[in-house]
Amino acid sequence: QFGAEFRRFSLDRYKPGKFEDFYKLILHIHHIANLEVMIGYADVHGDLLPINNDDNFFKAVSSAHPLLRVFIQRQDEVDYSNFGTNTLSRKKKALVTLRNDNLRRRPHINISMPHDFRPVSSIIDVDILPETHRRVRLYRHGCEKPLGFYIRDGTSVRVTPHGLEKVPGIFISRMVPGGLAESTGLLAVNDEVLEVNGIEVAGKTLDQVTDMMIANSHNLIITVKPANQRNNIIRSSRMSGSSGQSTDSTTSHHSLPTSHVLQNFHPDEMESDEEADIVIEGGLEPQHIPKLHSLTSSSLPRINGSSLSHRLQRDLVLNNSSGRESNGNIHKLLSSLKTDPRHSLVIPRGGIEEDGTVITL
Amino acid sequence: IFSFCQTVEHGFPHQPSALGYSPFLRLMAIGTRSGAIKLYGAPGVEFMGLHEENNTVMQIHFIPDQCQLVTLLDDNSLHRWSLKQHGGASELREEHRFTLKGPPGSPPSAMQITAVLPHSSREVLYLGTESGNIFVVELPSFRVLEDRTITSEAVLQRVPEDYCNRRSCELVEALLEHPKNPDQILIGYSRGLIFLWDLQNNKVTHLFLGTQQLENLYWQRDGSKFVSCHYDGSYTQWPVSSDNRQPQPLENLVPYGPFPCKAISKIYWQTTKNGLPYIIFQGGMPRASYGDRHSISVVHGSQQTAFDFTSRVIDFFIIFSSEPTAEFDDPSAMVVLAEEELVVIDLKTAGWPAVHPPYLASLHCSAITCSHHVSNIPLKLWERIISAGSKQNIHYSNMPWPIDGGTSIAPDPPQRDLLLTGHEDGTVRFWDASGVCLHLLYKLSTVRVFLTDADPNDNMNTLGEDEWPPLRKVGTFDPYSDDPRLGIQKIYLCKYSGYLAVAGTAGQVLVMELNDEDAEHVVDHAEADLLQDQEGYRWKGHEKLKTRDGPVRFEAGFQPFVLVQCQPPAVVTSLALHSEWKLVAFGTSHGFGLFDHQQKRLVFVKCTLHPSDQLALEGPLSRVKSLKKSLRQSFRRIRRSRVSSRKRRGGSGNASEVQEANAKFDQDMLQEMELAPVQRKIEARSAEDSFTGFVRTLYFADTFLRDSSRHCPSLWAGTNGGTVYAFCLCVPPAERRMDEPVRAEQAKEIQLMHRAPVVGILVLDGRSTPLPEPLEVAHDLSKSPDMQGSHQLLVVSEEQFKVFTLPKVSSKLKLKLTALEGCRVRKVTVANFSSCKTDDYSENDLAVLTNLGDIQIISLPFLKLQIRYPCIRKEDVSGIASCVFTKYGQGFYLISPSEFERFSLSTKWLVEPRCIVDMPEVTSNNHVHTKSGTENAARKSRSSGGCGEDERKSGRLMEHALLNDEKVLKEIQSTLEGGR
Repeated sequence: QFGAEFRRFSLDRYKPGKFEDFYKLILHIHHIANLEVMIGYADVHGDLLPINNDDNFFKAVSSAHPLLRVFIQRQDEVDYSNFGTNTLSRKKKALVTLRNDNLRRRPHINISMPHDFRPVSSIIDVDILPETHRRVRLYRHGCEKPLGFYIRDGTSVRVTPHGLEKVPGIFISRMVPGGLAESTGLLAVNDEVLEVNGIEVAGKTLDQVTDMMIANSHNLIITVKPANQRNNIIRSSRMSGSSGQSTDSTTSHHSLPTSHVLQNFHPDEMESDEEADIVIEGGLEPQHIPKLHSLTSSSLPRINGSSLSHRLQRDLVLNNSSGRESNGNIHKLLSSLKTDPRHSLVIPRGGIEEDGTVITL
Repeated sequence: IFSFCQTVEHGFPHQPSALGYSPFLRLMAIGTRSGAIKLYGAPGVEFMGLHEENNTVMQIHFIPDQCQLVTLLDDNSLHRWSLKQHGGASELREEHRFTLKGPPGSPPSAMQITAVLPHSSREVLYLGTESGNIFVVELPSFRVLEDRTITSEAVLQRVPEDYCNRRSCELVEALLEHPKNPDQILIGYSRGLIFLWDLQNNKVTHLFLGTQQLENLYWQRDGSKFVSCHYDGSYTQWPVSSDNRQPQPLENLVPYGPFPCKAISKIYWQTTKNGLPYIIFQGGMPRASYGDRHSISVVHGSQQTAFDFTSRVIDFFIIFSSEPTAEFDDPSAMVVLAEEELVVIDLKTAGWPAVHPPYLASLHCSAITCSHHVSNIPLKLWERIISAGSKQNIHYSNMPWPIDGGTSIAPDPPQRDLLLTGHEDGTVRFWDASGVCLHLLYKLSTVRVFLTDADPNDNMNTLGEDEWPPLRKVGTFDPYSDDPRLGIQKIYLCKYSGYLAVAGTAGQVLVMELNDEDAEHVVDHAEADLLQDQEGYRWKGHEKLKTRDGPVRFEAGFQPFVLVQCQPPAVVTSLALHSEWKLVAFGTSHGFGLFDHQQKRLVFVKCTLHPSDQLALEGPLSRVKSLKKSLRQSFRRIRRSRVSSRKRRGGSGNASEVQEANAKFDQDMLQEMELAPVQRKIEARSAEDSFTGFVRTLYFADTFLRDSSRHCPSLWAGTNGGTVYAFCLCVPPAERRMDEPVRAEQAKEIQLMHRAPVVGILVLDGRSTPLPEPLEVAHDLSKSPDMQGSHQLLVVSEEQFKVFTLPKVSSKLKLKLTALEGCRVRKVTVANFSSCKTDDYSENDLAVLTNLGDIQIISLPFLKLQIRYPCIRKEDVSGIASCVFTKYGQGFYLISPSEFERFSLSTKWLVEPRCIVDMPEVTSNNHVHTKSGTENAARKSRSSGGCGEDERKSGRLMEHALLNDEKVLKEIQSTLEGGR
């Protein structure tokens, strides 16, 4: 039922070859030549990303250090929502399930499927906001990329019953090169910040707004009035669907109005996105996850911020038992492998056992 | 059940600027530079008023025989205040304001009021001005009676040609009414000219040609002589008789001559039955050698003492017999308002000892570094503390408090409350905080345990008998700490056992016990290495304190018996004491430890440091660089804002000019903004942030930490990085307490994903009631906690409140604060609120102070916001940092370095002054000997520089004009103290 197998094989890092060949190789090695499979890999951040063309295959191979963890799933079992950011963080799956049903009806284009990429940001609520405003959602994944922007005080001109009036406002003052905010391209210096996660900033001080943003940093939704109004979305267009821009992609995905509903901002969803706290049991009591514990509490946080291990712990403690089988397994497998991402991947010798709630290596 | 009000200010007014006294009401009034006026009488009788202008109060004058007073502000406005009974209690209200205006075209300085004389007829005020003219205004309407103005020209006609070449008289320095004849007033000009003016005939009756610059005047009781005091340190007696219209001085004396002396700014000449007068004067010290002293000299026959004050003398007055029929003054006490404290000297008792004031205590005699409030002190402990304190106060006079006007009608305080303040010099002061008067009960010093550079025996009073001038130090204000490492950072008192734990700046933790006798013993000493041999780090901060070897003598009171020193000796940031288990826990920026003070053994230490946190490792010194930078920046900001505001003022003229100036100003502002925008980085917190290991809170609880069937003692610690550590403790039963060691093992570690600093941890029992304090149940003061139902853990971070189940820590409930409102939790306490209507209803809530200065009340266990009140200005960093809540919904915070504001959140527990001032019967002979001397010492000492650019704020928030620079210093201080 669990149906996982492990194979270890080598590739030439500098000449990985074509995706087609790799696909055939995989099928051959696993003796599953007659199956349609989806190939994925775990990137440096521990997220499951797909391999389905030459580009991302190359990317996968080049980012392997030194091992590339490749996951193979039957095509019909693949839940696309599990790629990218959703790999690990969903607790409430209602929305996701809904969307998957919709998606399945549509044939997938292998290259530019939005779900093959990790969303880093999105424009949301286009239908309810004035055209001059933009609501941007920044996703912070396990990735250690900084949010990377600064805000400042300033004055903005508002239309009031008394005519034009100068009012104090909060503006984006600086972008950190290579930061999340810059890479999205949706925020720019001198954009006026109007709301943070649905709460107006008017009347709040710079420090208050700073605190609000930091407190919401795991799922930051900023409504801005862009300084440059030329790139605004034209409402009448059919292209109003929101779309993610991707760090990895050069392709535009405006043509796919697929995930409009999903990307809209729901308070409920925001909750579900929230990251839960980690509880580590200690002492001499019988351990649920003794090995992991020792790993996490000692070596890991020192190496690489503890975010990864925290996610892992969280998943284990919270016992996301409602997940679908195959995907759940993949997650857990992924999670377990991720515990030590920088070091060489050690494949557990005894295989993997599942006792229903937690896995033991 | 909830209602917010600021009830009373404790302590000593910040930056006092004027003093007044009414012998009739026996009330004293103090004005401050921020425009506050405070009246004090008998203990518990106090009133407070605030001028809307927030200008410095220059002079205060009570109107003779009335419940009214007049204040003069530095904007030359006069304000009439009165005490009126309203709803059973007296209230101080401003009734009228007035600005003296000259004829059009005259320079405004000419109308600057320099001296005020409320006439005993209670109908008029005489106002001396800078131009030398004296204006008469009618009371209570403040109508100027122009026909009665005494012009300097009228006076100068009588002055002989040769006197000082008939220079203009210059400003009016002093105005005094004749003590026996209300129709005559004595007028003194700053150049030295003095004359007696007859009000009936509008003419000069006597002329006194002084040659020295005049400072002040004083009438002798019978009106036959007066004294003038001068800028050169001399005073002169002048006779007043009907036959000589231009008398020569009787006596001219420079008391501290012959070398040049400083001015005598005020003088009293008080007669006594035995014939020898009391001559009391301020200043007059030899300029070269003692010019920096703030002294008041009292001379009585052969006795002479120069009281040497710790800060500048604002003003003083003498309490003497005010009975009009009494033949002599017979002074009983001298009340001196210095800049930092109030000193009262008993003049009746030999040796002139000081009187212990029941209020106006100088909280800041050494800077306050922390405070701790304990409610409902058992009587036994209370009495023991008082008896220990009384042994320290033997050098005070037994005289009853001489300022005893009014009657307090406030109900007796419902319970005995203690406020403990920790100070920079290593002392802890115990204040009676039960009622309106914050009264010092006992002072504890921790210095004796340590070896410091300064020898405590090096007393200031080593001056020999023959020393001249005969200086004597008085007052307690001593802001200079010998060693900043001695500073007290955390205090915890167990009111049932009398155990006190005190922790300081250099990682020292002292555990003390109350002992009614003096004792000499060795303090057990242990070291806690919080780094646990982590390699490669060097502490660059201060060294640990050296301890005294061998037994140390301690006076009765709290005596230390255990000292734990943290290594590295970083400031102790959290402290918890469990008197039942005899354990003390302490935390620094490096980790935390647990010490068994019964067996005197360290139980464990835990390092909370993140290895990349270099800042915490190296100590405060490495922060100097960034500190310097921020200092420079803030000064630059101040300078810039000053420049621009000056520019703005400069542009006064016609409208277009103003506009231009405004436009320019705006432009400047814009430019400024472009040049140096204040910007804030938006970044999620990560484990690598600095000071994540900083232990913010420690908590002992007997709860279900491991499984739901067995509860055990536990220790909880919360860090700046959002981590909570829980340790399971194994405390041997009492009979084997000395034989078996206390054991601890880590049971849980919780990492809050939002990583905000954990500021509070609390366990709720099965009835969702917070667990009682140690020994509370044993003393039958609390129901024992419900151990049947499941317990819950409340973790308060700066950003969120979160309830978890126990023992399986799963999130149950949360309240987000920062994400929704942009404010952060600064202080949090459980407070018990009871209804004022039904006696039996009470509930526990969280009282929360945010970084915006708001107070929020949040219900337990459902975390619902009940109510919110604005309390402290958000710019008032030190006020917010100093706030302490009591267990019954009151609180204190510092509104200045020397004053606590007390507030109440509960409708039931309210401590506020309620008092009545009755008009004493006015004698038929309406000429009562009025208080003499104009308070122009205050004007003399007016210092330059305003109170900064105050933003006026409406509402109940009081504007306490802190100087900008002081704010900056506060910020620095708080950074140095580790952002507490």
